[in-house]
Amino acid sequence: MSASSDVGHHAQRQARWHYGEVAFWLVVLACGFVFPTRYLIMTDILRLALFAMSLDLILGYAGIVSLGHAAFFGVGAYAAGLLALHGIVNEPVLALIAAGLAAMVLGFATSFLVIRGVDLTRLMVTLGIALLLEALAERFSNITGGTDGLQGIEMQPILGQIPFDMFGKAGFFYSLAVLFLLFLFARRVVHSPFGLSLRAIKNNPLRAAAIGIPVNRRLIAIYTLAAFYAGVAGALFTQTTAIASLDVFAFERSADLMLVLVIGGTGYLYGGLIGAVIFRMLQEVFSTITPQYWQFWIGLVLVVIVLVGRQRLHRWVLYVPNLVIRQIAGRKAVVVPESEA
Amino acid sequence: MTSILTNLFDGVAYGMLLFVLACGLAVTLGLMNFVNLAHGAFAMAGGYVCMVLVNRMGWPFFAALPLAFVSSAAIGIVLERTLYRHLYARSHLDQVLFTIGLTFMSVAAVDYIQGSSRVFINLPAALQGQFDVFGVGIGRYRLMIIVICGLLTIALQMVLAKTRFGSRLRAAVDDPRAASGLGINVPQVFAFTFAFGCGLAGLGGALSAEILGLDPYFPLKFMIYFLIVVTVGGSSSITGPFLASLLLGIGDVAGKYYVPKMGPFVIYTIMIVILIWRPNGLFGRTAAR
Repeated sequence: MSASSDVGHHAQRQARWHYGEVAFWLVVLACGFVFPTRYLIMTDILRLALFAMSLDLILGYAGIVSLGHAAFFGVGAYAAGLLALHGIVNEPVLALIAAGLAAMVLGFATSFLVIRGVDLTRLMVTLGIALLLEALAERFSNITGGTDGLQGIEMQPILGQIPFDMFGKAGFFYSLAVLFLLFLFARRVVHSPFGLSLRAIKNNPLRAAAIGIPVNRRLIAIYTLAAFYAGVAGALFTQTTAIASLDVFAFERSADLMLVLVIGGTGYLYGGLIGAVIFRMLQEVFSTITPQYWQFWIGLVLVVIVLVGRQRLHRWVLYVPNLVIRQIAGRKAVVVPESEA
Repeated sequence: MTSILTNLFDGVAYGMLLFVLACGLAVTLGLMNFVNLAHGAFAMAGGYVCMVLVNRMGWPFFAALPLAFVSSAAIGIVLERTLYRHLYARSHLDQVLFTIGLTFMSVAAVDYIQGSSRVFINLPAALQGQFDVFGVGIGRYRLMIIVICGLLTIALQMVLAKTRFGSRLRAAVDDPRAASGLGINVPQVFAFTFAFGCGLAGLGGALSAEILGLDPYFPLKFMIYFLIVVTVGGSSSITGPFLASLLLGIGDVAGKYYVPKMGPFVIYTIMIVILIWRPNGLFGRTAAR
């Protein structure tokens, strides 16, 4: 078997759906029926998961470190809010796509700034863009509502059929559907030759360029796509909570997002989803212990994770599941994070 | 005309302050290529130490300033020896996550101990008010800041340029491997410089309570300013960050005075443009690494 077909065979095997993945999504769906009183928090988790998946696309697959991913989340949130508030696009799904596209345009425009320079410059530029947008949103308070945020948003029924209810049931299944569809697309993308080339760029941009991968164009493409995802996550935020305030751009949002991905692990798409669940649960636990100072514990978790080492931590966490799966199925676990960012 | 001069004066004072606050970060980034987003936490620590000493224990302001320096430097050296040094070889992402974690912890800890409202340090009467020089309003406190920070800058420049320690430090910045090959104890030089930088930040934090405002969110609010100073100024010399701080200080004060509606917008735009135009900073040069 030649080397290239061997690579293709390997990639195809990686891309195949595993039982574990099917089980994962069934469990998520089941949650919607098992915990009918917890729709709001579960919707929150789904949103965060989508947002984290967006960062995973650029961080885990392309190796771009971003401290300002909230910029796209915020643009999506405000776009969706404004579209609904002024009745420009009433139908939520269309508005969602429009908001995602707005974030995507911003992502495309700023990607040229981001692909320049090394990690540190990228950190600064992404952080700067998010702060810039926050300042802009505050400045144009006649459009954005300033520090009060957009208020009085009324959402129309989804696809003209399903109205948002006050228990958040429709919101939950709507978010789940969006997350699943976007996940399918992301999964397809990262397992495509395009996705493989991104990993090559992440491992060694110089070598990737030498074997003929257009590094900058690929990075621009994935950054733009990730911006779309983040914009959709932001739009979901506005649509399911019916508010959009300045804190959608906040630095803490970007920083929390990093933590979500760090908890879940990068580079296998499920990291964001698992991380979002654990992060929200941690947050719940901490805020019941110390309502005002939960940030301290979140910070401590970050410090400990980094000091212990992310790879080592994931080996520990996955030890039991791996053991179980190996015993039952006689093969390696499905949830094995690959190389870390 | 006089308002321009007064603004210029305020801007210079602001810039000098930023320089003292941020120059420790310039060394951390330049010397060890370590992204320390928690730098503002050290500044905040110094500010709060000064506040407690002056307001609660009745120390004179000028006696509390050195102690702000010492306490921040002590915290710095303890953290450097116990935590930071494990992370020098790690990726920037790890460093960012770690220092964000530290920042969050410091914010919540100070909030817990001192409350979340803004604190003020009781200034001696000699430092309050302002006087006129040819019609230009000169704030006494700001004048003191310019004097202290100016002297510090000159001292720093002398130490870096004339002393043995300075030449070791510069050697370590230029090429850590060759420097350690020549028998320079690079980790030790760094630990000392790190502590000194933290001390300066602490001093800056104590001085800035009056001008920038001191509350538990200080490290988050001013993180971007410190980063701007360092990235715009480059980290290869002390003059770069110094000029960048002055530019930032004057620009920010003038921006807030003449175009108040634009707010911090001007500063961020300038930063992004400069970073795109010269990724290694205005006065920087291409890093050896």
